[in-house]
Amino acid sequence: MAHYKNHILVCGGTGCRASQGEEIVENLKQAVADNSLENDIQVVRTGCFGFCEKGPIVKMIPDNTFYVSVTPEDAGEIISEHCVKGRKVERMLFTDPETKEHVSDSKDMGFYKKQIRIALRNCGFINPENIDEYVARDGYGALGKVLTEMTPEEAIKIIKDSGLRGRGGGGFPTGLKWEITNQVENDEKYVVCNADEGDPGAFMDRSILEGDPHSVLEAMAICGYCIGGSNGLIYIRAEYPLAIDRLKIAIEQARELGVLGKDIFGTGFDFDVELRYGAGAFVCGEETSLIHSMEGLRGEPTVKPPFPSVSGYKGKPTNVNNVETFANIPVIINEGAEYFASIGTEKSKGTKVFALAGKINNVGLIEVPMGITLREVIFDIGGGIKDGKKFKSVQTGGPSGGCLTEKHLDIPIDYDNLLACGSMMGSGGMIVMDEDDCMVSVAKFYLDFTVEESCGKCAPCRVGNKRLYEILDKITQGKATEEDLGILRNLGNVIKDTSLCGLGQTSPNPVLSTMDNFKDEYMAHVKDGKCPAGQCKDLMEYVISEETCVGCTLCSRVCPVDAIAGDKKQPHVIDTVACIKCGACMDKCKFNAISIQ
Amino acid sequence: MAKVKTLDDLKKMRADLQSKITLRENSDRPEKMVQIKVSMATCGIASGAKETMNYLIEELDNRAIDAVVTQTGCMGYCHSEPTIEVHLPGNDPVVYGNVDVKKAGEVITKHIVGGELLDGIIPTNYTTPDEDNQK
Repeated sequence: MAHYKNHILVCGGTGCRASQGEEIVENLKQAVADNSLENDIQVVRTGCFGFCEKGPIVKMIPDNTFYVSVTPEDAGEIISEHCVKGRKVERMLFTDPETKEHVSDSKDMGFYKKQIRIALRNCGFINPENIDEYVARDGYGALGKVLTEMTPEEAIKIIKDSGLRGRGGGGFPTGLKWEITNQVENDEKYVVCNADEGDPGAFMDRSILEGDPHSVLEAMAICGYCIGGSNGLIYIRAEYPLAIDRLKIAIEQARELGVLGKDIFGTGFDFDVELRYGAGAFVCGEETSLIHSMEGLRGEPTVKPPFPSVSGYKGKPTNVNNVETFANIPVIINEGAEYFASIGTEKSKGTKVFALAGKINNVGLIEVPMGITLREVIFDIGGGIKDGKKFKSVQTGGPSGGCLTEKHLDIPIDYDNLLACGSMMGSGGMIVMDEDDCMVSVAKFYLDFTVEESCGKCAPCRVGNKRLYEILDKITQGKATEEDLGILRNLGNVIKDTSLCGLGQTSPNPVLSTMDNFKDEYMAHVKDGKCPAGQCKDLMEYVISEETCVGCTLCSRVCPVDAIAGDKKQPHVIDTVACIKCGACMDKCKFNAISIQ
Repeated sequence: MAKVKTLDDLKKMRADLQSKITLRENSDRPEKMVQIKVSMATCGIASGAKETMNYLIEELDNRAIDAVVTQTGCMGYCHSEPTIEVHLPGNDPVVYGNVDVKKAGEVITKHIVGGELLDGIIPTNYTTPDEDNQK
């Protein structure tokens, strides 16, 4: 076997691939061949490193040099400078935004310092399309341990003791779920992996499946042994083609190796996994809808009980867990419940993966211990707000979550604390907003999403959310009254209390939490007809300052509707009736003469 | 691919595959490993640094010593190439000059395994920014 002196890890996640990651891999291999270093250097396509902001990422092993924003053209230089001459290519190193110094080792970057990687342990470390590398990282060892050394009850006890809770949003204790399914008598039971990641801006499940698919397969087999089922199904949305490809390869390799299939490890235990594709409906993340969708029915929820643990897929007991939940299982078995329970807060153990998005410097995927504060996540790991703007709010939990503000920044993040301040953990989306974002518009954006995604089965969700949206729309047009605000709150609470499933029970959260935390902003829209953030087009006017305008005519030339008039070298004027508020004139003006009022 | 029929099969397979990724695992925690830097500038390569480096990597692997061998640029001791810097966990780094394959073997047996210093040490009178950070 060739003994490589250097490994070059190239991110093969969807984000970095979109920035020509594949070409980088090809060019690196070519450059290695050009320098006759095939026996010394191995180029590996891995899963996501998480630092998507500066992708594509290339990491050099063994000296741990972390190159960012690499282009295919850089490949030759990396090989000739770094590998042949032993010099780091300074211009591709990450520059610390505060000290302005180059940081070569990722361990020294603020982004990675506070992270603990359990679910993402193999992402950006192994080649997800090679089962050998997973096995070398003790892969399928946890399955072997459970099958040969433990009874299902003993294994379930470890999961219960670890304190692991569902990572898909609900936070139900995983061990308890397994125990309930285990106790139901039936000749056939199903293990389902929920990979229907639907929150806008969330991509943690996709990244795990793309970067470490075997960890999910292994955990599903462990779950199958624990509940007494031999069928695994992964419900994945068809819009994740790369994750589907890698899962297919992983399932094929696992069958070939004999860790999926009949008589695994000679213990007589059978388990196999199949894929089921979803069409990307948000409601199908809810477990009863998901099961109906897999059965070929409409993706609509049904009343619980009966819970899927008792009567799920094809009426058989079914255990549904989320991708990230499964990815934690092998580590808990291998390292023990105490290890996992030593991380986190009293009621929320372990780590959580968050997808940072919005107006934040380091957009990307992070895994942090429960109990870390929002401030640490946004400012230490996330690198603060873009362009030096002021932090305004952070939206957690996607369309089901709420918007938190400055005063919540120092609360330790866990399931219960987030619920207590009117938001939720959700699947781990985290969207950061700055002073330029209008909170009414943000609430309207999420409502637009839930109105679209409501399955229409129950009236509170189908009709109620639509009415909420209409009131919000009125507010952003400056046509609402204070009475409307009362209706908005009342209706929101009714929808929460009376909807059939999780979608409707949580959809008013963005509205209610912004009303609580940004009351002034709602009042400004309603009472003064103003949008303080300058986002609501109906409430603003573009005005040219008579003093500052020099009459260069640039604005009148870019105006798409000819709403700006004025003679050369004379102050120009905007016809506010004709103006469509596109902002093109303001972008073009070199004298800052145009403002929003 | 042969099927694994028992857990022992898997463990054996893992032991065989381990070395494929030890390099990556070790580079994650270099402070706990033996770190060796081989000076690989033009002068070093001309004097045989490549052979020295290959030998170090293979021999350390044969002896199952957890070590990270990296190449570095010119250390400035062109009179004594090939030069290597040996950094045992918890000790100050030591630079050896004129390290051919034979000398490299001695460094492994006597310095890294035995913990005794050899002749041929080049005294250093500088620290690198990395070392400053660790202090």
